[in-house]
This record gives sequence, structure tokens and C-alpha cells, in this order.
Amino acid sequence: MIKNKINYSQRKYVIGSIFILVAIILLTKLFIIQIVDDSYKQSSDNNTLRYIIQYPSRGKIYDRNGKLLVYNDAIYDLMIIPSQAKDVDTASLCKLLNINNEIYNNYLKKARKYSYIAPSIFISQITKEEYGRIAEMLYHYPGFYFQTRSLRQYPLPIAAHTLGNIGEVTKPEMERDAYYKLGDYIGKSGIEKYYEKELRGKKGIKITVVDVHNREKERYMGGAYDTLPEPGKDIILGLDAELQAYGEYLMAGKTGSIVAIEPETGQILAMVTSPTYDPNVLVGRKRGMRYNELLKDPDKPLINRAISGTYPPGSTFKMINGLIALQSGVMTANTAYPCSGPNSAPIKCTHYHNSHVRLYDAIENSCNPYFWQAFNDMMNSRRFGSQKNAFKFWYDNVTSFGLGRTVNSDIPFTVSGNIPKMEYYDKVYRGNWNAMTIRSLSIGQGEILVTPLQLANVAAAIGNEGYFIEPHYIKCFSDPNDSVSFEKHIININKKHFKDVKKGMQSVFEGDHGTARMSVISGITVGGKTGTAENPHGLDHSIFMGFAPVDNPQIAIAVVVENAGFGSTWAAPIASLMIEKYIKGSVVRPDLEKRVLTPNANEK
Amino acid sequence: MRSNNIIGKIDIWLLIIYLALVTIGLLSIYAAAYNEAHPHIYDMSQSYGKQLLFIGVSLVVGFAILLIDAKFFNAFAYVFYGLSLVCLLLVLVIGSKISGSTSWIQLGPISFQPSEFAKFGTSLALAHYLGKLDTDITQFKSKLIAYGIVFVPMLLVLAQGDAGSASVFIIFLLVIYREGVGGKILIGGLSAATIFILSLCVSKWYMMIGLVVIYAFFLLLINRTKKNIMLVTAILIAACAFVFSVDFAFYHILKPHQQTRINIILGKEHDIKGVGYNLNQSMIAIGSGGFSGKGYLNGTMTKYNFVPEQHTDFIFCTIGEESGFIGCFFLIALYLALMLRIIHLAERQRSAFSRIYGYSIACIFFFHFAINIGMTIGLVPVIGIPLPFLSYGGSSLLMFSMMLFVFLKQDANRMNIL
Repeated sequence: MIKNKINYSQRKYVIGSIFILVAIILLTKLFIIQIVDDSYKQSSDNNTLRYIIQYPSRGKIYDRNGKLLVYNDAIYDLMIIPSQAKDVDTASLCKLLNINNEIYNNYLKKARKYSYIAPSIFISQITKEEYGRIAEMLYHYPGFYFQTRSLRQYPLPIAAHTLGNIGEVTKPEMERDAYYKLGDYIGKSGIEKYYEKELRGKKGIKITVVDVHNREKERYMGGAYDTLPEPGKDIILGLDAELQAYGEYLMAGKTGSIVAIEPETGQILAMVTSPTYDPNVLVGRKRGMRYNELLKDPDKPLINRAISGTYPPGSTFKMINGLIALQSGVMTANTAYPCSGPNSAPIKCTHYHNSHVRLYDAIENSCNPYFWQAFNDMMNSRRFGSQKNAFKFWYDNVTSFGLGRTVNSDIPFTVSGNIPKMEYYDKVYRGNWNAMTIRSLSIGQGEILVTPLQLANVAAAIGNEGYFIEPHYIKCFSDPNDSVSFEKHIININKKHFKDVKKGMQSVFEGDHGTARMSVISGITVGGKTGTAENPHGLDHSIFMGFAPVDNPQIAIAVVVENAGFGSTWAAPIASLMIEKYIKGSVVRPDLEKRVLTPNANEK
Repeated sequence: MRSNNIIGKIDIWLLIIYLALVTIGLLSIYAAAYNEAHPHIYDMSQSYGKQLLFIGVSLVVGFAILLIDAKFFNAFAYVFYGLSLVCLLLVLVIGSKISGSTSWIQLGPISFQPSEFAKFGTSLALAHYLGKLDTDITQFKSKLIAYGIVFVPMLLVLAQGDAGSASVFIIFLLVIYREGVGGKILIGGLSAATIFILSLCVSKWYMMIGLVVIYAFFLLLINRTKKNIMLVTAILIAACAFVFSVDFAFYHILKPHQQTRINIILGKEHDIKGVGYNLNQSMIAIGSGGFSGKGYLNGTMTKYNFVPEQHTDFIFCTIGEESGFIGCFFLIALYLALMLRIIHLAERQRSAFSRIYGYSIACIFFFHFAINIGMTIGLVPVIGIPLPFLSYGGSSLLMFSMMLFVFLKQDANRMNIL
């Protein structure tokens, strides 16, 4: 062992030599790339590399007929690299940019705070005209340069809530996704938010060599390290621009909303919320200021009532109760219940009609006692064993229409409304409740709350006789390779029952006593139901839901006009005009249109 | 009192080099991640703030090691080794996947890489085994055990899919060589590596012709005894078999991303936007530093995150860009001084354990240093191993520091060994 040590200690020189040799190899290679080989360097010490982000064009948005809804317009951002912006003639630059010295210093401070070396936006969104004037003189000012960007433009002043808008990224958004840099734009609401990843495309980078005079001399290494921006995907919506515009026209001056759905596909044909605003308002440099103005507006135009307003559905809920009673087997469409008009108990009838009504008449006349008795029979039916089981049957079927939950699609910020659960009643009544306690449910009042979108979807499901596709905005991407699909929901109620209910809904328009007989459209069969939702805070809400044509419907619609009174007075005529507009392409009932447009809708 | 004694005997040069390296590392990480919004180097939300904390922890642990009895690490060498093997086995079961290989163990907020610990454990075990008085390294059994100590952890690391960290263990062959064996193995290994690289570049049929020419050359030169001819022929056959197996190994054992990295180094693939992107950006960053660099905090390549993983495996880019050839020269000289100083101190040890352990850590530092810098300048494939004391990362800094401080302790205690 001792011998070995003596013999082999010379090997330390071998190992030491290996260390030294490798260090020399590393230094040689470093010498080559750092000193000898120019291809790794910038062509001169005074030149700097400028990394210019190539912004992709954001995807355009079209309506279902190919009408352009959102496109991009070129706009220019004046960029600054603080470390290079030395020896700048501040006075002349301020004059060129039309700003005073104080603003200049503020902007500079902001840019420096972000980064001393990385570029940031000095002045954003300079118009084409200003750009031409400034760009000519900009070479005097090192560290400044222009970057092209696109601005959203809306050729039609409609569908502001559906389309949504874009705005500068916030700090948390930048932290969540490293793709975004200070000053970038990101979808803030609506389609722009949900399809942000598809619409935004992918940024590219152009590397150029810039000389001391701030002139771009050449592409760095012939553009070998450049990446091209990938444009965003274009989106085609299910929206019908004309129908949407017409809906907004009809709702102007009123508070409420319209939702129209294509029943077969679940696509939103129109989503009107009123009051609304012109999407072009939230574009450009004044976006922040105008957004705040809208936010403070007492009419709350930023709220999308179609998806976040909740209302008691009132009589429009009777079809669901009818369907569930039929499915439960306690009655048939021919079962007749007595009605004593205003003397009925426990719920009065608000319409005058003959006694002993069957399903069709009950829907046509919106007979409260009929639906109470049907509901009561179901709740007390022996086939469920207990009222709780009966209630569970009712609850499961109601929620299968998509009620009581948010929408699971590309429509952001939907609210769930409310369908009361058994646990709720157990808690409120300490388990001691029965059909009588919860009788308001039979006529769509009480704890039930729905959004106009949910109501339109119920109309679509009835029109489809037992199924609906989760309602959504998008029809397809313009690239056919990108498919979209949304869940199909089958409702566990016999198709035959739907046919009976639809027949009743048709007579709402066509029957002698139908609550919407004033709104009948020649040549189009319409099924629907009016409703008047009791509103504890003021005048009742006027509600309508329906579809047309009755067989294979092309449109399902829900209309809510807040504080406007009876469903038959406002909501039903508006819906019928919308249906006519969509199916026929134009409206030929100027009188009805005129009446709906009378400005005192809210005062009635 | 005793601890004061010990600290007085510490090799001051090694300590100075260590402190210089960690300081350069901290400043470089600060430069790589520099952001005016967080200008304070002690900002704990930033990587440099965390690195400062890791340095503090390493110094505390280092100081604690100096207070422990010097015989402790020799006595418990196998315990450390066994523990590191258990960790390596454990990582195969409960490890978390980070960039393609399962090599991390997550313990709440702390994640560490058992392969780092295994280098330390293996150094101790190898030094302990070879340093024992009853180990005769000329015996076949002893050689087998020595190689076994090295290759068992290596294979376990390889099983995690972390070929980069596994390759570090190869350097222990240099330690075994110092202790008197493996001269032939070292030469054989180097030849094998040469043949390996050549057979990836050149068609295997050309390789065969080349080998036969060399064979003929050897036959002319050597004493043509029957035994020698047999030996040279056997080597030729083995070399040919190796050429064929390389083909298989390259396409079947290496993962696609590793194949691509090797192909880029060999110049067979040009993919400056794909896998070659790191390398090219890294070379541009270093190359653009020129003779004297762009100045501290003035690097532009590194500012835009053009060089990925810049504060970890590619920290050398920041130094290359901002301090140029001068800075690189100084840094490489510093590493060389570190490694040569350790060897020098190792040779003056009275105990074989201390000597062998010293060689082990010198060689580990050397391998990391050579491969890490080599990969940033395109000399070796991009293998994700850190630059000792400089790269960002708590578990690697702590392990490297522990390795060094254990040696410092051994050296300071050398006079007490009879």
C-alpha cells in the first residue's frame, strides 16, 4: 500500500495536465468565438441589435353570413430603449410629439421603471397621419423607434357584449402567461376573452442591426434568427348581424334583453342586452377613461342582462311543469282540471275562460289553477312513495333543461340562476314542507330564477322536442381543420309530451284566447308563451319565450323587458318581430313595429 | 478552543477561491435576471435573492462541517453512500418529472436532486474503500468492488433518464487511475470515445477500413510475437464490434432529444430555431462579448431571455457576454487554480482517505466545469449539469460546498493523523 502511493504519486502530473489541457481547449474555443470569428458579433461596437416584436394580426370575427364584425387597423406605438436614449434633444422631441416636458419626463420614468435595457412603449396608438410626420424625423433621436400594432375596429356598432373587447394586459395576467409583455393587448371579455389563444396568433421577432444614428442598417445575420408572426385564427359566429342590429333597435330605450338561439345547433343568433354601448367606444387610447364612464353610468350598460340578469320565469315556466307532470304519468294531455277564475284557491286565475281545461287550453289561457292541480297531483302521487321523491323527480327534470347552472361553453360569465333544492326547503321549513308550501313553483314564481339565455335554451329544447345543444357563440373557425363541438343534452321526457305542449304553445298565438294572438305572423307558425314575472322591486317584468316554425324550428327566442308589465304587451310582439325578421328577412308589420318602438315602454 | 485551532489551519487559498466563485455566481445571476423593478440583490422574490440565501445556508453548513470530528466522514462513508443509493431508488418511485427525466424528490417546498447527493456519497465510499489498509488494489476483487462503487449509482441515475448527471460518474475512473489502476482502461476509454464520435460522423464501412489500416500499422511497429499479434487482432475485432454497437446504442439507448443534441454538435444537423436554439443563442451571447465584454448589467442577448435557463445551466453566457474574453479567462483560471490546489493539497495528506477524497472532488468539479462551459460554446452536447458554485440552484450549491468543506476539514486535520 505504501509502495503504491510512492509509485503512483507521479500520476498527479498526468491528471493535472488533463485539467490544464482542457482549460486550454476551452480558452482556445472562447478566443475563436469572442475575438477571431466575427460572425458571432455585431458588426461594430457602436452598433446595437434591436429586437423588434412582430405582432401578428389578431383574428377577425365574422357573423354567420360572412359579414365582418371585427377587424384590425394599423396603429403605431412609439417605443423607447432608455439605455440608448441618451443625448436626446428633449425640447425638439417634445415639440415633434406634441407633448410638454413634464409628460415627457413622466413617460420616461415609467419606461425606466419597467426596464432600463428592454424596450417599452413610450406613446401608444399613434395614428397613421401622426406616424408619417414623426417617423420622418425620428432618426434624430436615438433609442426611439416605431412598432406596428393593430387596433380593433367594429364596422357595425352592435353586439358589444358578445364580441367583448381587448385591453392592455395587467400585471397578474402577465404573471400567469409569460407570452404577454408590458403594453400587449389581451381579450378582456366576450369572444375576445374566451378565444384569446386562438385570436392572438403568435408573435414573431425581427432582429436588426441599428447604427449610432438610430437607423436600421440590416437584418441581423440575414434574418436567420428572425421568426415570423403567425396570424390569429378568424372566427365565424353563429350571430346574425342583421337580427342582432334589429333586436338592439327594438330594445333601444328599454331595459331588458333578447336571446335568440338556433335550436338545431345551439348557436346564438342574437344576444341583445339593453341599455348597451357602441363597441367602438372601448377602442384606442381613451379606452380606460371611457370604460370608467360606462362603469359609473346608472343604467349599467356594461352589464350583460342576457346572461347575468335573473328573473322569475313566471308563466313561461308552465311548459316545464306540464311536461314533468305528463312524464310522471299522473295525468295525460286530455286530463281536465276545474278552474274557478279569480275565486280559485290556493292560486287564482288571472284570465277568464271556461272551466275544466285540458293542457292545450291551459297553456293558451295561462291557467294558474290547472298547473297548480297538476303539480299537486304529481307531488302527492303514490308512484313516488313520498313527496320528497316526487320533488326529486321534479328537480332532476327541471335541471335537465340546463336551469340552475352556468353555461358550459364559450359564453363567459354566465350566472346559474336558481332552482331550489330539497335541502333548501328542509332548512327553511325544518323538513316540514309539502306541495302546498312550495305551490309558487307550479306557476314559475317563488325561488325560481332564470336568465334570458337559459329561457331561450328551454324554448330551444321544447322546439327540438327533447334535446338541446349547450348554447354557444361560435359557429366555426374559418380554417375548416379547427373543429368546434359542444355537448348535446337529451332530456328524459317522452317526445309525445313535447308534441302536446308545442300544440298548446301554438295556440297561444293561434287560439281565440291566446295571450299572444295580437302578435301572430302570417305564413309562419309560432309556438310560445307569455309571462309576467312578479317583481317585488317595482313594475312586473314582461317575458316571452318561444320558437318558430313549430315543426323543425329555426329560431328559439326569449325576451325580457324589465318593469314593462304584461308579457303579451311588450315581450311577445318584440319576439314575433324578431322571428319575422329572421325567417322572412324583413318585417312587414309597420304598425306593430311602431307600437313596440314607442318610447314610454318603461313607464307603462 | 479546538474549533479555533481547526479554523486557523484551514487552507486559506481554497477558501478564498470558493468565496470568489460563489460571489461571481451571485453577481452573474443578478445580471442574468436583472430587472429594474427589483433592484435589490437580497430581494427574496427573485432568483438572486434566493441564491444569496442558498450561499448563506451553504456557509453555515460548511462551518458546521469544520466543527465535526474529521474522522466522522471516513467512519460513516458507507452510511452516506447507502443513504444516497436509497434516495436514488426512492426517486424512481416518488420522483417528480422535470424536463424529461425523473430526478427530483419533492419534500414540501424543497426539491432536491438525489444524484447531487450521490456524487458526495460515492466520493466518500470510494475514498473509504481504497483507503483501507487491507485493500490491495492490484487484486481483481478489489478492482471489481471499486468499479462497483462507482457504477451502481451511475446506473441508478441513468435509470432516471438523466444521462447528463450519470455521465459525471465516469470521472471517478480518473481517481481510480491515480490510485494505481486503470491506465489501460483510461486509454481504452478515450479510444472508445474517439471511435464512438467518429462512427457517428463517418459511415461504419469507412471506419472499418480505417481500423484495418491502423491494425496493419501496429503489426509493422510491434514485436511480432504470437502473443502480441493475437492481442492486436483481438483489439481490432473488439473495435469493429464496437463500431456496430454504437449505431445501435445511438438509435436505441439515447433519447431523441439527446440524439439531436449530439447531431448538432457534430454538425450533422442545423436547427437554429429548434433544439440548436439554446446553443446558438448561447454562442452569440458569448461571442458578442468580444475581448472585454459589454460591461456588467449591459448584456443585451441575455436581457431578452434569448438564452434559456440562463441563470442555471447557461450562467456562463452572462459572464461571456458582459465580461468578454478577459472575464472568461479569469474565471477559467480560477477554476483551474481550485482544481490544481485541491490536487496539491490531496498529495500532502497522510491519510489515503483524505487524498482519494480530494481527488474525487477535484475530478467532479473538473467534469462539471469542462462539460458545462464546453456545452455553452458548442464543444460538447448540451448536457444539463450545473457550473459548480456559479449556477443558480440550492441543492447543487449546497452539495458542492459540502464536498469542498469536508475536504477543507480533512486537510486542516492532516497533522493529527499519525
